[in-house]
Amino acid sequence: MRLKSLVMGVAASAIAVTGTLSTAATVAAEELYIPSLSYRTGPFAGGGIPFANGFADYLNMLNARDGGIGGIKVKVEECETGYNAQKGVECYEATKGKGALVYNPLSTGITLQLIPKAPVDQIPVLSMGYGLSAAAIGEKFPWTFTYPTSYWSQMSSILKHIDANGGLKGKKIGFIYLDVGYGKEPIPLLDQLGPKLGFEVAKFPVGVKEMQSQGSQWLNVRKERPDWMIMWGWGAMNATAIKEAAKIRYPMDRFIGNWWSSAHADLKPVGSSGKGYLGANFSGIGTDYPALQDVIKHVITAGNTQTKAEDVGNVLYNRGLFNAVIVAEAIATAQKMTGKKAISGADMRQGLENFKLDEARLNELGLGGFTGALSGSCSDHEGAGSVFIQQWDGNTFKKVSDLIAPMTDVVRPLLEDAANKYVSDKPNWKGQTCG
Amino acid sequence: MFYREAGQFKTSYKADQAIFPILQDRVGLGLIIVLALLVPLFGSDFLINSFMIPFLIFALASIGLNILTGYCGQLSLGTGAFMGVGAYSCYKLATIFPEVNILVHILLSGFFAAGIGCIFGLPSLRIKGLYLAITTLAAQFFLEWCFIRIPWLYNYNDSGAIEVPTRTLLGTPITGPSSTPSVRYYVILALIIFLAWIASNLIRGRIGRSWMMIRDMDIAAELMGIKPLNAKLSAFAVSSYFCGVAGALMVFMWLGAAEVESFSINVSFQVLFMVIIGGMGSLIGCFLGAAFIFGLPIFVRALPDQIGVAINASTVDHISRMVIGALIIFFLIVEPHGFARLWQIVKEKLRNWPFPYG
Repeated sequence: MRLKSLVMGVAASAIAVTGTLSTAATVAAEELYIPSLSYRTGPFAGGGIPFANGFADYLNMLNARDGGIGGIKVKVEECETGYNAQKGVECYEATKGKGALVYNPLSTGITLQLIPKAPVDQIPVLSMGYGLSAAAIGEKFPWTFTYPTSYWSQMSSILKHIDANGGLKGKKIGFIYLDVGYGKEPIPLLDQLGPKLGFEVAKFPVGVKEMQSQGSQWLNVRKERPDWMIMWGWGAMNATAIKEAAKIRYPMDRFIGNWWSSAHADLKPVGSSGKGYLGANFSGIGTDYPALQDVIKHVITAGNTQTKAEDVGNVLYNRGLFNAVIVAEAIATAQKMTGKKAISGADMRQGLENFKLDEARLNELGLGGFTGALSGSCSDHEGAGSVFIQQWDGNTFKKVSDLIAPMTDVVRPLLEDAANKYVSDKPNWKGQTCG
Repeated sequence: MFYREAGQFKTSYKADQAIFPILQDRVGLGLIIVLALLVPLFGSDFLINSFMIPFLIFALASIGLNILTGYCGQLSLGTGAFMGVGAYSCYKLATIFPEVNILVHILLSGFFAAGIGCIFGLPSLRIKGLYLAITTLAAQFFLEWCFIRIPWLYNYNDSGAIEVPTRTLLGTPITGPSSTPSVRYYVILALIIFLAWIASNLIRGRIGRSWMMIRDMDIAAELMGIKPLNAKLSAFAVSSYFCGVAGALMVFMWLGAAEVESFSINVSFQVLFMVIIGGMGSLIGCFLGAAFIFGLPIFVRALPDQIGVAINASTVDHISRMVIGALIIFFLIVEPHGFARLWQIVKEKLRNWPFPYG
């Protein structure tokens, strides 16, 4: 009884104390505050951890090497979302008041929730290679960016690759996807391009609950016998799909994952049975870049990180790092444009629209050959970036194709239609006009 | 001493049957409502948006489930799906009839949930207990499947999500991204007070008594002239109505956009835990349970930051899961009847104080 009353007393006083605590936190004025909505827990942590590590490590490297960006430090604060949209919004609400410059939710579900909030709170959303494809249309989505390319553009690049390796006409393309907003995103494009380019699509949805038991889907794949398989998977789904594909002896070199379905974390558990598996990617593999060497020197060996040394240079680590590069470049551009050091979310939006990441600048950053040239503009919020195809050799990924540009002429009108459709039932939606 | 009703004479039947017959209760409730009204003046947006609003919405969903499980004794695992029915029907109503006020839609959407609830309540006439839980589980999975596979429900949206349009009440936006948290909070607060009042009167009345008779012994109830069909189905209908309205509020007033994931089995369990921890068959328990189950994780996550200890976000998440699990077990051991019973004990002690055996 005494223990009971003791614990009750503690609980009651704890509730009383929190009642008096205010949740508004104070922020140092001279700081660039970047919230990182990460997920290191849950079924998608395998992808979330390396990405969050790469993102934080690059910005911390800038702090250690250059003293921040433009002379002021960057503060990265992680908030755990567990890939859950509700928790993501909770993180957004908790951090937006601290002077957040940009949100990188790393989840299409969270991105969809943040898109309408961004113009109200004047904080841009950078959904790098995920989120709503239509957000590539800058006139309609001034506050959302999908650099370096959108899902639809990526899908068109993958189709181009298939076309170059045996043609598309008369082929049957199997599309296996995680049955959430993310996986469903490219379906309208496939449905519209199919009749146009003369291929047939067979769809195989995988629910989040059945992510790790895809027997029935792959039984259907065996029945349908598609010539190529394209996968839009994430987290634990990827490794399972590749294992199942190996089980039904689906030819691995005909199986292409998108850029979230072809990371070391996905292929490591599969090992040599996944040999030949293809994947799309837009960020370099390995550590043979001066910028990555700097990260290793200033952050990894200095112990100022959660990263395991052997993970540096992995696909998703480098992608998180690339996300941080875009953020850093946009901040630097915004600082130059406004003449201020401590910029606001609205300045950041300007920076994201105007930064230029060409070959020369990539070399200057120590990232020559890491990715294709990328630059934003008022109307183009996806930057028309290209992807390359990589192949799993049983141990690591090797780049096997040149950069493949998206079919901009086909995709852009479709994106514009989708953007108009999104805006059509929102009478108070504010776009922008681009000169 | 504090809860002594000595000297409060009831001179009419009306006074005797009031919801709160004791003066202290009326004063306390008045104080709570005044405090609730004052929250937006002192609380931050985060407090309102991430705690107060979802707390009220989940309290409403718990009232719904409590009517079914706590008062009528029918175990249900379909709460999340019934909330989803409310949310999707409210979305359809709002897009088909954009000129009608959104509050009307929110209140109407509950009726769709009630209809679906009645259909899935039919098996309760033949089966009881755990077996009924399984059939409501079927409702959960079937409705989730509908929310994914029937694109008409989300207006053929490419992303499969429903997005909330901006709607106004008296010129002020109350839904959509441009509405302020305080406005939404007041709207929800008003609705919850209204609906909780209706629930408490339903429970005290003939219908509520028939539910409790069914819960306590259905054969005896039947012999005394209660029709199980009416009692059980009305419990399913009323319960689903409350859950449906809670679901519509959740999407329109809190989340702003929702996928089927927002109505998953986890939500059903969460609401069930709220009812169990709060106290079966108690309305105040619904509020206490919702505050505990929903608020505790937020509190535990915010704690290291508040006291100035830097811990990784993921570690905090792991710790909070463990702490919450341990606390739930602890509270169920020391008080198996939930917080409502604790509150009753506190009231009893206050009544007797300072003479504990008085």
